[in-house]
Amino acid sequence: MARDRGLYLRRRVANGAMHVLALLSALFGLVWLFWILTVLVQKGVPAINWDFFTKLPTPPGTPGGGLANAVAGSLMITLLATLIGVPAGVLAGTYLAEFGRKNALARVARFVSDVLVSAPSIVVGVFVYAVVVMPLHGFSGFAGAVALAIIMVPVVIRTTEEILNLVPDSLREAALALGAPHWKVILSVCYRRALAGMTTGILLAVARVSGETAPLLFTALNSPFWSPSLAKPVATLNVTLFNYAMSPYDDWRNLAWGAALLITLGVLFATILARVVVGRIRI
Amino acid sequence: MNPDTQNPSPPGREAIPEEGGAAAPPAASRAIRLRVPRWLDPVFRTATAAAACLVLLLIAAMGAVLYSKGHLATTTFGLRFLWSQAWDPVKGDFGALPAIFGTVVSSAIALFIATPIALGVAIFLTEMAPPWLSKPVGLAIEMLAAVPSIIYGMWGLFVFAPFLAARVEPALQFIAGGLPLFEGAPMGIGMLPASLILAVMILPFISSVMRDVFALVPAVAKESAYGLGATTWEVVRSVVIPHTRSGVLGAIFLGLGRALGETMAVTFVIGNAHRISPSLLAPGCTIASTLANEFSEAISDLHVASLIQLGFILFLITTFILACAKLLLWRIEAQVKGR
Amino acid sequence: MTTPQAPAEAPALTIKTRRTEAPSVAGGLLARLAVDRLNFWYGAHQALKEITLPVYANEVTAFIGPSGCGKTTLLRTFNRMYELYRGHRAEGRVLLDGKNVLDPDVDVTALRARVGMVFQKPTPFPMSIYDNIAFGIRLYEKLPKSVMRERVEIALHRAALWDEVKDKLSHSGMSLSGGQQQRLCIARAIAVEPEVILMDEPASALDPIATAKIEELMDQLKQRYTIVIVTHNMQQAARVAGYTAFMYLGELVEFGQTEQIFTTPREVKTRDYLTGRFG
Repeated sequence: MARDRGLYLRRRVANGAMHVLALLSALFGLVWLFWILTVLVQKGVPAINWDFFTKLPTPPGTPGGGLANAVAGSLMITLLATLIGVPAGVLAGTYLAEFGRKNALARVARFVSDVLVSAPSIVVGVFVYAVVVMPLHGFSGFAGAVALAIIMVPVVIRTTEEILNLVPDSLREAALALGAPHWKVILSVCYRRALAGMTTGILLAVARVSGETAPLLFTALNSPFWSPSLAKPVATLNVTLFNYAMSPYDDWRNLAWGAALLITLGVLFATILARVVVGRIRI
Repeated sequence: MNPDTQNPSPPGREAIPEEGGAAAPPAASRAIRLRVPRWLDPVFRTATAAAACLVLLLIAAMGAVLYSKGHLATTTFGLRFLWSQAWDPVKGDFGALPAIFGTVVSSAIALFIATPIALGVAIFLTEMAPPWLSKPVGLAIEMLAAVPSIIYGMWGLFVFAPFLAARVEPALQFIAGGLPLFEGAPMGIGMLPASLILAVMILPFISSVMRDVFALVPAVAKESAYGLGATTWEVVRSVVIPHTRSGVLGAIFLGLGRALGETMAVTFVIGNAHRISPSLLAPGCTIASTLANEFSEAISDLHVASLIQLGFILFLITTFILACAKLLLWRIEAQVKGR
Repeated sequence: MTTPQAPAEAPALTIKTRRTEAPSVAGGLLARLAVDRLNFWYGAHQALKEITLPVYANEVTAFIGPSGCGKTTLLRTFNRMYELYRGHRAEGRVLLDGKNVLDPDVDVTALRARVGMVFQKPTPFPMSIYDNIAFGIRLYEKLPKSVMRERVEIALHRAALWDEVKDKLSHSGMSLSGGQQQRLCIARAIAVEPEVILMDEPASALDPIATAKIEELMDQLKQRYTIVIVTHNMQQAARVAGYTAFMYLGELVEFGQTEQIFTTPREVKTRDYLTGRFG
């Protein structure tokens, strides 16, 4: 009896200890998030003002100045990347969910896109440098957009496939039973049913690339001016942030904190929005 | 039995039904033509298949292009490139060993720190926390993964590094005494800070995969253990983890793949020195940080080629690790579905 | 409910004129569909064996039998739905007005316009009630708005749904109740003006009241259409069908007038099934 009691106590203690450890692990994660966000808000908020969005950067030491060109450049490049990456990703995801299902091409494509989702973005940057920047003899916003598009594609593929898989087959059969051709069924019925989920996937992909810096370093490069042409180097918030943060000038570093806050808020907002939407929609 | 031989007696009505009406056109003459183009079917299918092929093409092209554009480094240095410690853009002498060393060591330390914590987080979220708590905490942990790499880097350089230099590193030196592992001035910049930040960054990736994998354990298996009076921890230890061993391993590999290629955060805090030092407090470099720092400023062909060659090595390592991760995760899914 | 248009009628297929084409046709009766020595395989598994039976025009024909007997498989050969899946293969003939629909040269689209289908679970498309009905019509006809409205209305009338949805045609089809959704699907099938409507356990997901409505509807619809229904519910077959086919293990055990099948079955297996000895 006494021994049983000892065993029982030991088990209880072990269980309690593991609960505490697991709780501490979760707290560990939360502490970092909280720490990073507080610092960002503290240092970033003072840097953000009207000038930040409307003025060009000034040489170090000159007060005022903003990152208007970088904000515009980031928007332009992300938009172009979305225009390239999303259709390609949606089409490939459609193949996996609607046509391929279990065939060899679909299996391999699924595998490769899963690998590419986590592949280092800097390698994508080097690749785009080799296939776009070198042949065109120069850094360009276009090259940056291609790099981001390549990063988006696998993300969009996997979410598109997952969401389309949630559309019940009976719905496809019902449309086909009316004599509708397959493409019509996919466009008017499957996409429509999956619209909210697919939008979420695209949003997540956009959020993901909005935070990317590495693939832009030697594709879009940077520029202190307005960049009306995507054939020339284009300033982006992320690369500017990198250069300014590494610089020895205080006013540049302040702008960098502003940019950091802006990027983080944008990415977190899009991510939370996507999560909330996904939580609501259950096909 | 066969209607052919056993004619069922006709029902009340015979032959052509009246209500069809004389005006009704015979079906044969009713033109049934699809208005929407049928020929778009093969076109659409081909377009989607082409997009799927594009992904395969992409990974193949990445390998091929990186290999061929870095070829100059191979022809110049041969295999020596892999174990040379030289990195001298002026003399044109390059070697990959310090970068490979830094990449592997920083990722290994990060993995060592992050894995048990990620396991704890996953267990907390799936098995221990009540739903009202696990939802927001889970979301917060995912936020940790969404924070861009460059933000970690900037925060690491300006906030975390001074903190390490002032509090943590002197303490480590005090505890470890004269060990070469913690030699040198505590600057907050170097292999250890890079590894710590990497650990925080890969933590959410590992824990979220582990979480998904734990969710695959059939409820019946867990309930039967609970039914025997097992505690939560006993269920985790003897039912959940044994069930999902290859999935847990897959999650760790995925974290490793992420850590190896992580760029911006590491670039900020590792110090970017091309040398191998036994001390974790000394500056070092990784493949990714070298690329980020030097690529846009490299002028000589050989320098560019050497950098691309580094990129190729990183591509090979991460692709291999991520492929392993995926295979492990597929195995656990197949096991669960097959059961 | 007034309907200006009469449904398209097919020429009669009678035993006198088409004996060679359709050996299964009974004397004097119109067989809209005639199944002739049909075999079906899922990969290596043979799911239908030498099925021969007629489906009479303007009647409800029920396929009954224990699950796995092949009744749904048989139904899905009539509009070649099985073709969507690899390894599914049919041999033999299914004659629709004398023409074998299994012939490779038959246009599947036209076939599916003539042979509509309603599924076990309601399958409203993710669009408005109006668009749900118009979806099928638009595939085949370009109509001015007013005519389209009229066609939608007729279809909803015939499916006995008009009164319930006439004020909310722009609402999502998915907002309706289960029974209403199923009638919406019937209306959608009707809107294309088919000759045959296939129903695969159309009431199995519905409550008794909604089921009764669907059954009542079938009785009205057979005036215009030929209806084939798969059901696991024998009472339902007895209530709605003029003819019943009992299938077992991929074979057609017995086919005849429903009354005869239920009161004086010729086969022992049929009797055993109807009295609940198996299945």
